[in-house]
Amino acid sequence: MTTDTPAPAASASEERYVAVQQSEDFSRLRKTLRGFIFPMTVAFFLWYALYVILSAYARGFMDTKVVGHINVALVFGLLQFVSTFLIAWLYSRFASRQVDPLADKIAHELSEKGDAE
Amino acid sequence: MNPSVLAAEAGDTTARTLTITLFLIFVAITLAITVWASRQTKTATDFYAGGRSFSGFQNGMAIGGDYMSAASFLGIAGLIALYGYDGFLYSIGFLVAWLVALLLVAELLRNSGKYTMADVLAFRMRQRPVRTAAAVSTITVSIFYLIAQMVGAGALVALLLGIRPGTTFLGMDADAAKVATIILVGALMIIYVTVGGMKGTTYVQIVKAFLLMSGAALMTVLVLAKFNFNLSSLLGAASDASGKGEAFLQPGLYYGKDVAGDATQTFYNKVDLFSLGIALVLGTAGLPHILIRFYTVPTARAARKSVLWAIGIIGTFYLFTLALGFGAAALVGGDAIREQNAAGNTAAPQLAEALGVDFLGGDTGGAVLLAVIAAVAFATILAVVAGLTLASSSSLAHDFYANVIKKGETSEKQEVNVARIAAFAIGAVSIVLALFAQSLNVAFLVALAFAVAASGNLPAILYSLFWKRFNTSGATWAIYGGLVAAVVLVFFSPVVSGTETSMFKNSDWQWFPLSNPGIISIPFGFLCGWIGTLLSKESDEQKYAELEVRSLTGAGAH
Repeated sequence: MTTDTPAPAASASEERYVAVQQSEDFSRLRKTLRGFIFPMTVAFFLWYALYVILSAYARGFMDTKVVGHINVALVFGLLQFVSTFLIAWLYSRFASRQVDPLADKIAHELSEKGDAE
Repeated sequence: MNPSVLAAEAGDTTARTLTITLFLIFVAITLAITVWASRQTKTATDFYAGGRSFSGFQNGMAIGGDYMSAASFLGIAGLIALYGYDGFLYSIGFLVAWLVALLLVAELLRNSGKYTMADVLAFRMRQRPVRTAAAVSTITVSIFYLIAQMVGAGALVALLLGIRPGTTFLGMDADAAKVATIILVGALMIIYVTVGGMKGTTYVQIVKAFLLMSGAALMTVLVLAKFNFNLSSLLGAASDASGKGEAFLQPGLYYGKDVAGDATQTFYNKVDLFSLGIALVLGTAGLPHILIRFYTVPTARAARKSVLWAIGIIGTFYLFTLALGFGAAALVGGDAIREQNAAGNTAAPQLAEALGVDFLGGDTGGAVLLAVIAAVAFATILAVVAGLTLASSSSLAHDFYANVIKKGETSEKQEVNVARIAAFAIGAVSIVLALFAQSLNVAFLVALAFAVAASGNLPAILYSLFWKRFNTSGATWAIYGGLVAAVVLVFFSPVVSGTETSMFKNSDWQWFPLSNPGIISIPFGFLCGWIGTLLSKESDEQKYAELEVRSLTGAGAH
């Protein structure tokens, strides 16, 4: 393993990244983003798992007819489409309103500092 | 020979000539695009990432073209046609999976990587071990997927061209046509990738997505029109024709089957369904040929837009397959489908023929629509295999050759040349493997590719992006651990040996009861990544600061 490319010694640019990472703006960006994507991931995963588990174990419930030949299983399946589209839309709205302006601001400051050097 | 057989044969010839003509037109157009793209391909960024010049919509279409394989189009429609609801259940995992890509992976990967999945994994690690692991995993996943697609193409050609046992086409019987198809598909994918690079491949995928969506939309409208746009009466007709009654509209005919009097097998069947579901949902965002598509757009925001478009396109497509599957069950009937292909892969083309007869004026109309849909199916296969070949050759050239063998000291030109040679080699190997595997049941390879991606690649990607402490040891442990667990469990599962439908049905070394390893191998991959990390003291906080800032803000993005 001695032939591995060693990580280069910390350069000025890397120190700049550390400074940004520890800045207040960046922790706000990280917190905002993670505050949305982590809970949402858990939510849609559990929602999907519930659907699969009901399909496997709660057949009586899934087989209940809602209207005509349309049963709970079909409605539940279609709701997975609806929730997927909805979460995608919510995320896109959230990201462009809450995340993008903050990310742009930090990236902009970082490139200005870079130019100054 | 009685007149109706003659008429059917005349219809066959019309359909066959038209299928081949349409397919040749598709090939001619895509080859022209490929040659045009090759003139625009000058740098490594052009070859690997299409110059990062595609729009969100274009890339969304291309993602759809890359993702909606013949297994989705023909396989899911066939599964619904034969087993009803469970086919629909299967399709949902493929869609929900895109939320993992959208929320956790696409934008961060686009911001911090360059050409391959390993660019992100190796960002703050020792290059050689991590890139080697990533290349091994990328090539394994892609080759599994490739073999499944190519064997599928070979199996389909006889059906789609209507070559029956005892008849020949251009002097070829069904077996010879199979071999010829596998070689032709392999040759075309090699040409698309070596000549056109990412640009050519992307346009092939866009054209295919357009054709597939148009064909599926047309058939969906015709099916619904047949039932006065009443979903309930379509479902009713499908369940009546299936001979299974209401059970056809309920979960349980294919996945998670209840086996009367065998509680253990029933339990395994249900766990297997769950295991498949989580592998589908978590696997997509770890598929290398999907991940490299995020590099073809200029910014993370465009990557986000492309996933949004992809979700819209892919979701709509699976809703179409719902209508197609139940439509085929109602209008063609399970018996007629099974007679052509026991797995139901011809349900969609057969439905096309039935709809053509009804709506486009008799047998000729049927032949025309059948030919169109058959040609679309071939186009579908070509676009997917090209994406897979590109992903694996990129990884072999960029990760293994340039960064492991040459330790980063190579010119762009050399690297791209190696990528072209790699595409040729991987294509040739896939052709040979597919020819050997053509008589085996290899449909499970697609699910296995998803399981490996979910068990090895996804843990490594998520830890890389979100866990400060993660290191080289953790990355290699996660990738190899997840990869080996998934492959070993499947090797000892009923899909490989021990049952009538196994790949090797005359041998039996099976001891793992599930067909899908995900429920064990995915947690195992995450666990390996965690243990591997803790076993090594390595930790580069400065590089993590750079990765985190770049991935979240887009500063310094390629």
